[in-house]
Amino acid sequence: MMVRRLFLWFILTALAMLALYPVLFLVSGSFMGKDELWDYLGAVVSGSGGYADFPLLPVYPTLRHYVQIFLDSPEFFVMFWNSMKITFGVLAGQLVIGTMAAWGFAKYQFPWKRGFFLIYMILMLLPFQVLMLSDYLVLDRLALTDHLLGIILPGIFSTFPVFIIYRFFREIPDSLLESARLDGAREWQLFWYLALPIGSSGIIAAMVLGFLEYWSLMEQPMTFLKEKRLFPLSIFLPDITSVEQSGMAFAASVITFLPALLVFLGGQDYLEQGIMAGAVKE
Amino acid sequence: MHRKRKGTRISENCGKFKKWQGFLWILPSFFGALVFYLLPYADVVRRSFLGAVDNRFVGLVNYRIILDNTAFLLAVKNTVRFTLICIPILIVLALVCAVVLYQSKYGGMIKSAFLMPMALPAVSVALVWRLLFHSQGLLNNWLEHLGLLGKDWMNTPSAFWILVVSYIWKNLGYDIVLWMAGLAGISENIYEAARVDGAGEWKCFLNITLPNLKPSFYTITVLSFLNSFKVFREAYLVAGDYPHESIYMMQHLFNNWFRNFSFDKMAAAAVIESLILLGLILLLQKAWDSGVE
Repeated sequence: MMVRRLFLWFILTALAMLALYPVLFLVSGSFMGKDELWDYLGAVVSGSGGYADFPLLPVYPTLRHYVQIFLDSPEFFVMFWNSMKITFGVLAGQLVIGTMAAWGFAKYQFPWKRGFFLIYMILMLLPFQVLMLSDYLVLDRLALTDHLLGIILPGIFSTFPVFIIYRFFREIPDSLLESARLDGAREWQLFWYLALPIGSSGIIAAMVLGFLEYWSLMEQPMTFLKEKRLFPLSIFLPDITSVEQSGMAFAASVITFLPALLVFLGGQDYLEQGIMAGAVKE
Repeated sequence: MHRKRKGTRISENCGKFKKWQGFLWILPSFFGALVFYLLPYADVVRRSFLGAVDNRFVGLVNYRIILDNTAFLLAVKNTVRFTLICIPILIVLALVCAVVLYQSKYGGMIKSAFLMPMALPAVSVALVWRLLFHSQGLLNNWLEHLGLLGKDWMNTPSAFWILVVSYIWKNLGYDIVLWMAGLAGISENIYEAARVDGAGEWKCFLNITLPNLKPSFYTITVLSFLNSFKVFREAYLVAGDYPHESIYMMQHLFNNWFRNFSFDKMAAAAVIESLILLGLILLLQKAWDSGVE
């Protein structure tokens, strides 16, 4: 019994290390100097003989690639800000519109509610490819292709956050609302003073999941943005055909990952609650 | 008291409006969904029956064309194969991990490690993948140390397996969290009663844990399935628009059609795919409804 348990733990730890390996790989590569990278990756990067090799830690760590990105590559900053605009634009919109809709679904009755809810659920679950053409048709008509708003607006009306926040609002007891109503509270006051504070963990959960989603958004910008100056970081595939650039590529990847990592570390509990909220029966 | 009476009077006067009052909360969101998703989707359905050039009604011709299209059939075949292989692996692996982690104090840290890939943007993953699976890359180096022969992973049918591993790597943490939520829903009392009756750990697992996880199982299957459409991101970044034919997925096809303005084909394919997914989603609904019995 003990042996089996230990064995399982060994496998799990190994799997966890494997899951983390790409992260370590990127971080370590970003601190390696040019020569070191050449030694390790020359085989892949420029087709010299032998195989690539890669230690877990750089032998001669350097910040050169980061300095280079911060000082010499204005286009990287442009992409960084595009990512920021997309992500925070979408999240700010969802915060207002999604939260309100979630409140409506959770605590009010109106005709065809089940039907509306089903439509929201279907929209949440359809992959981009199914909605790709529809998305394009409407953006084209509104002249929003090749515009950041063309990415942000459809994101704001995504029904995913509605679904997550809805679960948390459902938990607020009706009796609480009733007694507040008896005390003369108006409907918007119920929303503002009861729903938002009590359901805040659900709202944060939706925002954390949303951040991770929109920070790595690929399909939409790839399809709808043509102009390079509008590209977000999430579709920037650095060139690694020379060693000079592969160092930058590592540093760029780490910087791209960093905001997502911070949100992940700060919001892991919310992230887990959000994942569960998406799966539990109402 | 006075205010309440006034409230009822107003509601009598405009009962029709009152009925829809709650809908006001949803109105902005629904309006957006209508403009950005629902109406354009209706337009796509309409277009799927129109000819590409002259917009004349052509009936089911577009559907017949794509069902004969080799690229479409290849993408469907790969997508189905991919799903059938990786979803069972993912679900079972996640269940094993969840059961082990659930019973331990240090499970949290390992769970974090499994969740981390969710945060890693696909572009960063692609960089690592290109160095790992190159014909002169790291994986082949390690294999050589073990005395095995490597290959050009991304340009042979092994590309498919790389994609399977990527998908599992990315989604394992997500599924573990879902399984653990299911485990947390099983009352400890049942286990204690069984242990008193002399049931061993394995027996408890088979007779208590598994049957109680059935509702979670449905949900996890459908959610994993829907997440599997996102694996295209990594496939695209590593292999571009025309990858090895074993990983040519639906999203590649849609992208290529989009670039060629084959909107008629796209419309028909989108309608077919959405109908299939709709069926699955309704199945999930039913599973949820039966889960609460």
